[in-house]
Amino acid sequence: MGWNKKDLLGLEYLTAEEIALILDTAESFKEVSTREIKKVPALRGKTAVNLFYEPSTRTRVSFEVAAKRLSADVINIATETSSVRKGETLIDTGKNIQALKADIIIMRHNCSGAANILARALEISVINAGDGWHEHPTQALLDIFTLKEKLGKIKGLNVAIVGDIAHSRVARSNIWGLTKLGAKVTVCAPQMLLPPGIELMGAKTTCDIDEVLRSADAVNVLRMQFERDENAAFPEQLDYFKKFGITEERLAKAKRDIVVMHPGPINRGIEMSSGVADGANSVILEQVTNGIAVRMAVLFLVSQAKEGKT
Amino acid sequence: MKEKAKILDQEGINRAVMRIAHEIIEKNKGAGGLCIVGIRNRGVYIAQRIARQIQQIEGALVASGALDITLYRDDLALASGQPLVRKTEIDFDINDKNLVLVDDVLYTGRTIRAALDALIDFGRPKTIQLAVLVDRGHRELPIRADFVGKNIPTSQKESVAVRLNESDGKDEVIITENA
Repeated sequence: MGWNKKDLLGLEYLTAEEIALILDTAESFKEVSTREIKKVPALRGKTAVNLFYEPSTRTRVSFEVAAKRLSADVINIATETSSVRKGETLIDTGKNIQALKADIIIMRHNCSGAANILARALEISVINAGDGWHEHPTQALLDIFTLKEKLGKIKGLNVAIVGDIAHSRVARSNIWGLTKLGAKVTVCAPQMLLPPGIELMGAKTTCDIDEVLRSADAVNVLRMQFERDENAAFPEQLDYFKKFGITEERLAKAKRDIVVMHPGPINRGIEMSSGVADGANSVILEQVTNGIAVRMAVLFLVSQAKEGKT
Repeated sequence: MKEKAKILDQEGINRAVMRIAHEIIEKNKGAGGLCIVGIRNRGVYIAQRIARQIQQIEGALVASGALDITLYRDDLALASGQPLVRKTEIDFDINDKNLVLVDDVLYTGRTIRAALDALIDFGRPKTIQLAVLVDRGHRELPIRADFVGKNIPTSQKESVAVRLNESDGKDEVIITENA
């Protein structure tokens, strides 16, 4: 069993074995960040380009840290200050980066499927760092990695995903990954934020947060992206907190060792209370630490793949 | 792959481990300031056996760890097949220690070269010494072992298979002919 894909575009396209391989590899990489010299020479001489069409700090920095701990050179392109502003197409930008003899493009894009298009057009590796409402595979991988680390397994777990499911690539990647590994996923949101057809991905749906928390081994709380709510379709913030916010009172009725996750950045007092965010069940900062190991594993695996590089 | 000869059986491996343990103690004048690091996979088991022997002889605990050298390989870019990255577990300080690096078979020396690079990232041991169960010759780098269980002259068409209880359910060293 090995890895032969030059790209990581989404968890939908991976087998359970491939996901397990990434998680196992990440476990080995986690140790590197605990050393005094936090660096291994595995990607020495390779160049990774962060190509971000959407603002992002934590994902970009996490990828940059991961690549640097593998000794790769990292170049950051923020599209607001690049030729994209002059009208260059995505594929032209990608081909130019390829012509610079870079080895890996890590891309964040506001259009669903952008990473797939770029990966098809290029011979070098493309890692999807979030595309539209489609997928954010490394976020889901680090969520699953953290869950496995905390609870020892994924198979058979009840995982709740709460929040803006409709616009969430994190939710989609988590549903693909968790169900492939044998977890039961329930998504919970106000009706208007539950996309039609999400059940077809293997998730149950509910609008009752208290019910879903009762049986959940873990709850992944998504960020309410009020800044994207152009149509004012979202509930009012306080109202959302009252009906769906994760609070100490709600957690008191859940399993005592329920794992509380959040991809960040947190809106305190909207998705969850500060007491929960900083409480004993929260693994939010461990997710950030684990994100580096998971991204190191992904960078390492795609750069070792022989596909398309003959 | 055809088995040609059994070089060591269980008793032979035990005796080799025991002798290496004694030689390590002799060279380092005791077990003080000593630590042992095995290279994954089978080097780790041999390292643990040597550490246990030294503990029995000297009555002092000897720290032992595991090193995975995949990320330091000089052929990573050319490696055929996907190399599997396994865990490195060195949860003790190696600075100023006499560190004994352990592997099952010494061949080209490239694994040891990678291991030396990896160890230096963990600190600066006072000395690094090398113990191997089998030295089969054909070095490609200027590396030699300080402690050798058995020297086995081989041809490059042959392979040396070390099997250990911990990983393979039995203890033996076999020479096989590559098909």
